[in-house]
Amino acid sequence: MDVKEIIKPENQVYGKTELLTDNVMHYCPGCTHGVVHKLMAELIDEMGLQEKAIGVAPVGCAVFAYNYIDIDWQEAAHGRAPAVATGIVRINPEKFVFTYQGDGDLASIGAAEIIHACNRGENILVVFINNGIYGMTGGQMAPTTIERMVTSTTPCGRDTELNGYPLKMTDLVAQLPGTSYVTRQSAQSAPAVRKCKRALKKGIKNVLDKKGTSFVEVVSTCNSGWKMTPVKANEWMEENMFPFYPLGDMKDSEKDKPVSNN
Amino acid sequence: MGDLRLMKGNEVLAEAAIRCGCDGYFGYPITPQSEVMEMLMFREPWNETGMKVLQAESEVAAINMLYGAAATGKKVLTSSSSPGISLMAEGISYIAGAELPCLVINVQRGGPGLGTIQPSQADYSQAVKGGGHGDYKMIVLAPSSVQEMNDFVDLAFELAFKYRNPAMILTDGAIGQMMEKVELSDYKKRWTDEEVIEKWGSWATTGKPSSRERNVITSLELDSEKMEANNQRFQKKYRQMEAEEQRYETFQIEDAEYVLVAFGTSARVCQKSVEIAREKGLKVGLLRPISLFPFPKNIIGELAPKVKGFLSVEMNAGQMVEDIKLAVHEAGCTRRVEFFGRMGGIIPTPGEVVDALEQNFLKE
Ligand SMILES: Cc1ncc(C[n+]2csc(CCOP(=O)(O)OP(=O)(O)O)c2C)c(N)n1
Repeated sequence: MDVKEIIKPENQVYGKTELLTDNVMHYCPGCTHGVVHKLMAELIDEMGLQEKAIGVAPVGCAVFAYNYIDIDWQEAAHGRAPAVATGIVRINPEKFVFTYQGDGDLASIGAAEIIHACNRGENILVVFINNGIYGMTGGQMAPTTIERMVTSTTPCGRDTELNGYPLKMTDLVAQLPGTSYVTRQSAQSAPAVRKCKRALKKGIKNVLDKKGTSFVEVVSTCNSGWKMTPVKANEWMEENMFPFYPLGDMKDSEKDKPVSNN
Repeated sequence: MGDLRLMKGNEVLAEAAIRCGCDGYFGYPITPQSEVMEMLMFREPWNETGMKVLQAESEVAAINMLYGAAATGKKVLTSSSSPGISLMAEGISYIAGAELPCLVINVQRGGPGLGTIQPSQADYSQAVKGGGHGDYKMIVLAPSSVQEMNDFVDLAFELAFKYRNPAMILTDGAIGQMMEKVELSDYKKRWTDEEVIEKWGSWATTGKPSSRERNVITSLELDSEKMEANNQRFQKKYRQMEAEEQRYETFQIEDAEYVLVAFGTSARVCQKSVEIAREKGLKVGLLRPISLFPFPKNIIGELAPKVKGFLSVEMNAGQMVEDIKLAVHEAGCTRRVEFFGRMGGIIPTPGEVVDALEQNFLKE
């Protein structure tokens, strides 16, 4: 087969969705944000939601999400994305509204907003990128930083006596009656990415069916912040983060599974 | 005759919001303005006009809900009192930076800190200078009667949308809690989604059709050249407000040698002070700024050469007095500008104001 043959549309096995813009991403190579952006763009496209979708970008590395996915966007103040999304969806209940937040944004400064939005069962999807660190500001401790993990503000590793314990936000929101689907995923390998996409799709479907809040955590890497190569960061995540943040669905109101089992 | 009622100022704010075709209210309880949300919840406008009302978990959340809803081109408001407005400052700065129209109502109480629940005007500077971080301005309207509480809701929205800028009604616990006769406005229809797209589709997050580029509501611009250009655009807008929106009322100003300058509750007091002073044979008039930003400096500039002095009467330690001095200075005049105020939730009496006038201008 020559090249011309290979690139024929009928032989194409993969294409970039048009909803992903051609802007060069500012994310570091190896960062999970880019992968999850791609999944969201693909899903919004495949599900025909471009005209309905309003994304709420956080303060954090994903602050520029609006440069990459071709839908209407609003950029929120640090931690306030769930409140912003609440305002949008309460006044525009027919829109598909989602927030896309990091762990500092969602679990620290915005802890009140996420708990209350989930508890009211706001009809939104929350995409929660948990990389255990403050990426954008240069690698400080996040509420999700696991014990003994080294960051720029925990140079000797997170000491729970000084810094308190890592916070499992996803477990918390799974307890709330307002959430309909709560899951923890990852995106470090092809199978993981496919699973993650299915989870996001389910979350979006639940929102379209007005089931309340869907919450998808993606355990992620921040290889720059962690000061590791992308490959090493994936290994480190699997070894150290997954035992503390086990993957899987915590709540699926469709299956009527009991809330949280961690 | 229209719809005449005897109502509390705070309740009128709620009623006016429903009637002017508002789409939503987000708020958090705080004295002395909780009646706004209580009235809205009692009225259940979602059954009548479709307006939504939500009690937020904090003022921080409320202002960010407003930010989200305002971005979609809808007519939305919040209300609070001084400590709550401080919490909203970050959000208001974002709203101004993203150039969104909305209405924020501050029914002021005395500060600093938790202060008192009694009326105050101590948030004047916070309101007219911006309040949050960065160079921005809000349109600030100061009602002095329950009737104006009704009228200014619609006016504030009109100006907010005209300039794509947050507007504030700056009132206080006295007017919020006071019952007065009021003629309520007629109902205006809420804009339909189609009307919103037609009016504001060029910038609002209404969902991206293939016919236009995506709309992005943000205050972020990391390129300094572009961020400066944004700031220049904002400043141009604020200058246009100054040129076109100065609002005020005068009382017995024609032959006045001394002018009391007061807004809101203190202006009501000063009206009586003018009468008392006139009975004593003093030629005193009152200038009542209605728009606090833009400050009605043109009229002060006009009056300055004709009068012997100004007395700013405020329920704070002397905030608006600075703007009066600036206005007199800008007019190239050297008239005396003095201040009298009470703080901590105390409303000055008319007699006290006349005494202060005499002390400042007529002794020795
Ligand atoms: C009110 C406020 N406080 C602090 C900051 C600084 N800041 C920007 S991003 C960030 C942390 C973001 O970390 P995270 O949410 O984990 O997202 P990531 O960058 O790792 O994706 C902080 C503290 C800010 N912009 N605003």
